[in-house]
Amino acid sequence: MSPDLVKTIFGRLTWDAIPFHEPILLGTFAMVALGGITVLAALTYFKVWGYLWREWLTSVDHKKIGVMYIILAIIMLLRGFADALMMRAQQAIAFGDAAGYLPPHHYDQVFTAHGVIMIFFVAMPLITGLMNLVVPLQIGARDVAFPFLNNFSFWMTVGGAVTVMLSLFVGEFARTGWLAYPPLSNLAYSPDVGVDYYIWSLQIAGVGTTLSGINLIVTIVKMRAPGMSLMKMPVFTWTSLCSNVLIVASFPILTAVLALLTADRYLHTNFFTNDFGGNPMMYVNLIWIWGHPEVYILVLPAFGVFSEVVSTFCGKRLFGYSSMVYATVVITILSYIVWLHHFFTMGSGASVNSFFGITTMIISIPTGAKIFNWLFTMYRGRIRFEVPMLWTVGFMVTFVIGGMTGVLLAVPPADFVLHNSLFLIAHFHNVIIGGVVFGMFAGIVYWFPKAFGFKLDPFWGKVSFWFWQIGFFFAFMPLYVLGLMGVTRRMSHFEDHSLQIWFVISAFGAVLILIGIIAFVLQMVVGYLKREQLADPTGDPWGGRTLEWSTSSPPPAYNFAFTPVIHEVDAWHDMKQRGYVRPTTGFIPIHMPKNTGAGIILAGISIVVGFAMIWHIWWLAVASFVALVGGAIAHTFNFKRDYYIPAEEVVRVEDARTEALRSLA
Amino acid sequence: MSAASHDAHHAHDAHDHGHDHDGGAHGSLKDYVIGFVLAVILTAIPFWLVMGHVLPTNQMTAIAVMGLAIIQVLVHMIYFLHMNSRSEGGWTMLALVFTLVVVVITLSGSLWVMHNLDTHMMAPMPHDMREVP
Repeated sequence: MSPDLVKTIFGRLTWDAIPFHEPILLGTFAMVALGGITVLAALTYFKVWGYLWREWLTSVDHKKIGVMYIILAIIMLLRGFADALMMRAQQAIAFGDAAGYLPPHHYDQVFTAHGVIMIFFVAMPLITGLMNLVVPLQIGARDVAFPFLNNFSFWMTVGGAVTVMLSLFVGEFARTGWLAYPPLSNLAYSPDVGVDYYIWSLQIAGVGTTLSGINLIVTIVKMRAPGMSLMKMPVFTWTSLCSNVLIVASFPILTAVLALLTADRYLHTNFFTNDFGGNPMMYVNLIWIWGHPEVYILVLPAFGVFSEVVSTFCGKRLFGYSSMVYATVVITILSYIVWLHHFFTMGSGASVNSFFGITTMIISIPTGAKIFNWLFTMYRGRIRFEVPMLWTVGFMVTFVIGGMTGVLLAVPPADFVLHNSLFLIAHFHNVIIGGVVFGMFAGIVYWFPKAFGFKLDPFWGKVSFWFWQIGFFFAFMPLYVLGLMGVTRRMSHFEDHSLQIWFVISAFGAVLILIGIIAFVLQMVVGYLKREQLADPTGDPWGGRTLEWSTSSPPPAYNFAFTPVIHEVDAWHDMKQRGYVRPTTGFIPIHMPKNTGAGIILAGISIVVGFAMIWHIWWLAVASFVALVGGAIAHTFNFKRDYYIPAEEVVRVEDARTEALRSLA
Repeated sequence: MSAASHDAHHAHDAHDHGHDHDGGAHGSLKDYVIGFVLAVILTAIPFWLVMGHVLPTNQMTAIAVMGLAIIQVLVHMIYFLHMNSRSEGGWTMLALVFTLVVVVITLSGSLWVMHNLDTHMMAPMPHDMREVP
């Protein structure tokens, strides 16, 4: 074939794109391929493809979608954490004459991928998954407002994750850091596919995130059970609402900024170039207008989890419910006027820097109010130190330290010293691990019995908690020290041998966290093996206070046979107090949405669009884009979207539960 | 007590085909056509202003384009999103107010930040690079 024809067919995709010369990547690829083939073979052998397709992949049930989000997050956590271990190992050995084992070209991809994966494909799916699983149950709804959209959002998120993973084996990932600042991310300095992989994976996943944000807002606003006024909503639902409002308001900014960068790279425009009127600093400004709210998108649901966990495991109603709600709303608004604290050193004057420094410090006031609310809830409570409560207490200690270093960084003169240093790295890992990760783990352990009908193994849960907690301090406290000594981030090699010991300690901490992650997975495996012992026949294993604990574990497809009526903030606690009797007769058919494969198919086509754009395979890009739009339009003509669960089926399910509850009593 | 009401709450039929948006009526074909024509006109004028160098200074052109953009947004909201102060029990209005707050913060903040940066970093330059085409 002539070279021109090959170029037309394959764009810039050649055999050179496959990293045969990188033994680490080849090894990884071999492992992934072997693992993948094993899983596929097992699925085929046990003939579960049909079951998977019908019951999970095409499901529009918010509970199953929530579970799938969390599975995605845990898988991507393993990838992101492998990157972290590689960086820690490299920095622990690469001193003086020793170059370490990662060349800078590879190291730069590793830290970029680590950041992108941990934020977009671990933290985001964790919060979206947990919100999906819990919010409809907490407000007494049967599903989210737009069940198909929910399935589609999930698969678009998967599509983004798949695109990132593809970059590992076909081509390479960005070497720009997780926000891909121009001019480095411009065509002039990053002409290869790395930044394109970055752009398209985030754009694909961004569609899912934005749509699920809209979906959950509508669900919370329109579908609350009768009697549940805004000020009677559970705190987790409140923080979810605020978090989704932030998603809907801020993700379009990310989409727009990335679209402008795409135009710079594909159409040779000059939005963010150094000359022809372009201004790279505008990119930095715009992306942080998204980026700062993003921080609160992640942490607000975690705050909600802690509120639920604290009041449940202290057996008290939450101290200061309304102050908690107002603090959440204030944080939501304030999170929009602090973005410049990410680039104090960019060259703004004293007036701008002090304005944003002060707003940043102000945001610690509502956050501090929340911490005190949790502490006062614990005060004189009967605290049960089960695993979710351990994560919560661990959060309070860790997060307060992170908050204090955050206020330190908010002082512009101090930031001029600490900007881009390892102090910053330590700070944001301090708040994201201590806040978001601990919060999501608390939430997973807390709501796991609701989703699956048995508790996780408490021994391995505790092991996981302690290794994470101690490992965190070993891994990141040395980085504070190094940052204060002026060590900058993203270095793959150092000259000063006196620094090495701190990096070794940090790498040791990372190994402890690795054990924590293994134990986290083990608590699920062991929990599954001991599911008879750990079973939760009541549906209310922790003595819960909110509505999700009133139904069975796992809940039936329709969640609630009758929509509950709400009188109090802690609705289920109130129902138990008043001697609520579960209705056992009078069931009627229930109207439910039908599963559809459209979401997974459309997301699959989106991956092809992204891949074709990345490799400049224009004919495929056009064809797949037409297929994508055509598929979406075709789906709108699918009128078989709903069905009724017959009354006999409802009676059968509810009678089984009545029987189960009677045998307990 | 009645913790369970026997009439399934209407809003809970997640996949409801019947439309009962309280107050927010769907637009007629005429509304959509008017909206579309207005949107096209409001898009064409800025192109013409920029490509044809109609106004004497670039600054005036920029201001005119921004003004037209605001009108464009209003057209979209009224003709395509059917917004008014009563629909959906005031929730669309609340959402609009929040959106306006965020947009105003984003735009005015960006202008302030970038202008401040400009005066600090770019002020005295013999050959102003920014004017190079």
